[in-house]
Amino acid sequence: MKYFHLIWAALFRRKTRTFLTLASILAAFLLFGMLDGIRTTFDQLGRNADGAQRLQTSSRLSFMDSLPLSLQSRLERVDNIEAVTHANWFGGVYQNPKNQLFTFAVADNYLDLYPEMLVAPAEREAWMRTRTGILVGEAMMKRFGWKVGQKIPLQSNIFPNSDGTLNWAFDIVGTIKAKDGKGGGFTDAVILMHYKYFEESTSYVDGDVGWYISRVADVRRSDAAAKAIDALSVNSPHETKTMNEQAAMAAQLKQVADIGMIVGSIMGAVFFTLVLLTGNTMAQAVRERTSELAVLKTIGFTSASVLGMVLAESVLLVLIGGVLGLGLAAVLAPIVGAASGGAINLPPIGWRSWSLGLALMAGIGLLVGALPAMRAMRLNIVDALAGR
Amino acid sequence: MKKIKSFLRGLALLLVLAVILAAWIVLPWPALLGAAVLFGLWMAFTRSGRQAASVTQVGISTLNQRIGASSVVVIGIAGVVGVLVALLAMGEGYRQTVSNSGSEDTAIVLRGGSSAELGSVLSRDQISAIERAPQIARDAQGRPLASAELMVAATVPLKGSKDDGNASLRGVSEMAYAVRPKLKLVAGRRFEPGRRELVVGTGAQRQFDGLEVGKQVRLGNQPWTVVGVFDSQDATASEMWADAEVVAATYRRGSSRAALYAKLTSAKDFNAFKATLAADPRLQVEADTTLAYFGKQSEGLTKVLRIIGIVVGSIMAIGAVFGALNTMFATVASRAREIATLRAIGFRGIPVVVAVMLETMLLALLGGVLGGLVAWLLFNGHTASTLAGGMSQLSFQFKVDPTLLWEGLKWALAIGFIGGLFPALRAASLPVTDALRSA
Repeated sequence: MKYFHLIWAALFRRKTRTFLTLASILAAFLLFGMLDGIRTTFDQLGRNADGAQRLQTSSRLSFMDSLPLSLQSRLERVDNIEAVTHANWFGGVYQNPKNQLFTFAVADNYLDLYPEMLVAPAEREAWMRTRTGILVGEAMMKRFGWKVGQKIPLQSNIFPNSDGTLNWAFDIVGTIKAKDGKGGGFTDAVILMHYKYFEESTSYVDGDVGWYISRVADVRRSDAAAKAIDALSVNSPHETKTMNEQAAMAAQLKQVADIGMIVGSIMGAVFFTLVLLTGNTMAQAVRERTSELAVLKTIGFTSASVLGMVLAESVLLVLIGGVLGLGLAAVLAPIVGAASGGAINLPPIGWRSWSLGLALMAGIGLLVGALPAMRAMRLNIVDALAGR
Repeated sequence: MKKIKSFLRGLALLLVLAVILAAWIVLPWPALLGAAVLFGLWMAFTRSGRQAASVTQVGISTLNQRIGASSVVVIGIAGVVGVLVALLAMGEGYRQTVSNSGSEDTAIVLRGGSSAELGSVLSRDQISAIERAPQIARDAQGRPLASAELMVAATVPLKGSKDDGNASLRGVSEMAYAVRPKLKLVAGRRFEPGRRELVVGTGAQRQFDGLEVGKQVRLGNQPWTVVGVFDSQDATASEMWADAEVVAATYRRGSSRAALYAKLTSAKDFNAFKATLAADPRLQVEADTTLAYFGKQSEGLTKVLRIIGIVVGSIMAIGAVFGALNTMFATVASRAREIATLRAIGFRGIPVVVAVMLETMLLALLGGVLGGLVAWLLFNGHTASTLAGGMSQLSFQFKVDPTLLWEGLKWALAIGFIGGLFPALRAASLPVTDALRSA
């Protein structure tokens, strides 16, 4: 640490070069911050304490097929199951067919099983009272500029209303806030309507339920509970498939895209380039300073400390650029989200991304510093001073 | 005063750079080719042009002395172009696969307001009313070339994982082959009506487990036998086909169907066909050419993929620009004495600027070609799959085509241009006497 000022001076010996290299490192880690944020968000989906407690039961035939409402009371009697609720996909569209919204028609006790969706008690009561009432996620309210008390038209792209058209109207009675403010575009971007209203209005759904969600009392025995649920309907026309919510979500996302693979390959290309670029800078820096390093050795610096100084210089270079880049990504994420009106949701950068990023910075710094540092260590004083 | 002057000069330089970049992005390739030819003529036939050519020659012939630093420019740019081309190829492959499924003279009829087949329902009566439209082509027996089809998302185990995926199971009749002339049976035979038999697409076969001819799969708690494989080079290849009646019975769809595909007498008749349907009060349906329908289906994801490609590419390009600047500043510094000598014996500033720029652009070009080549080798034909419309699996192949490679080269040259411009100006404005004395 006592050599810090020496390392710092060496680092900024050639200001242009250092700043240009820093800018490259910054760009690389800005990209890393954005992509890794997306990757971890997808990774973490459903992986919370509440999600682990929930089992999702849907039709084994096809995820679009429905289950009979009569199954509910049988589910409730399964060992280890505390509470059961159900939901239907509504297929909501607002104004433009491109604005497809997560809209579910749910049972009255749905929110009991989703403690991470926060609704003010008064608003929840209003929802229970209003047949056509809906609860809307905070992010979605913001995106369309909706207010509580407003009446909004929604289209369903599947279910006709009682008048035979696909047009529906709902009253917004409350807002769903995400617990810890971390909705990630899911818990804070849904619309919940009453199953009863939905079922009575459309002729397509006749006491049918899209899927059941049940909460287990003991998470360790949830696999057994899932098997017991599926055993209820085996060989019936409505066979079911039960998974815990996390597994169901992971399986679904993996079908959309292998996010980890895509992010991994992009970052591989980026860091490979970065290593070459910073490696070249460090090699230049050491080559230029050959005689200075020789002087250091002459006045008594050991080979090991010269090695350490060059390594520290390269690690410091990558750390400064990397922290600035990740910091910029952290600042930029909410700005992009706000500027796009919630349409683009860049996740905030969590501690996982930061620790992975810092580890990468240290690793890349050591890697690119290794060769020049070895060169500096092996420097022969006489040759170096003679300029050979 | 001096400060203001240099500030204004910097500003003017930025403006010129912005204009040139904008032109570079907007202009089509013939205009750019014209500019390149003009530039070549200038180099061959004017005094300063010939000077520039000889300075460039010196620079390029000494490149191998700076091989380490120069390869940083090449590989940095190759990285940008490789990632950009790969991401764009993913979007392009998806778009082509989906929009290939359509043609201008085939129409698809869905229930009004349904954006996709999976959410659409047509009743038996509606279907027979639509089939009577005079614009639908007829076969030799006078039957309309119209195929009422059912679409369900069946749960089938995915290949290479223990999870299940959603496969599109299409219930069809014999007519389905007639409205899709591109589709070819590559193995086995067609399914027989009334039996639980499947014909699967090559894309579906790639993604799902056990879809081999002769094997049995469980769909809707019944065993089905795979009897044939078809290929169509489009989104249909990700589907499994079976007899519509059997599918409807298994999935409790009664006599309704999801969509009607109809071969029209000609593409020009589509508007008349649409008008015929709109005039019938029994029908609340929407018709589209399959070309437009599949175009709409792929539009959203294609756009998202393109935006991701360009954002990621831009950030990487910024990094590469700084890398190129770094290298070229170092190059100019190491050749300061040589450049100053040239200036002292009468070479003007312009040839020096041009020479440094050309050297950078050459490196950038190498990088662009390398990146494009790597992307092509690694990703052309690489198979990926996604949930189309969030509903069922669609398999597609990355397509690295010449337009994308050209786009990658354009990016590479733009990066080389910016990365070379500032060092080139520095080289030209070096004070001759100082540079000669130094080093």
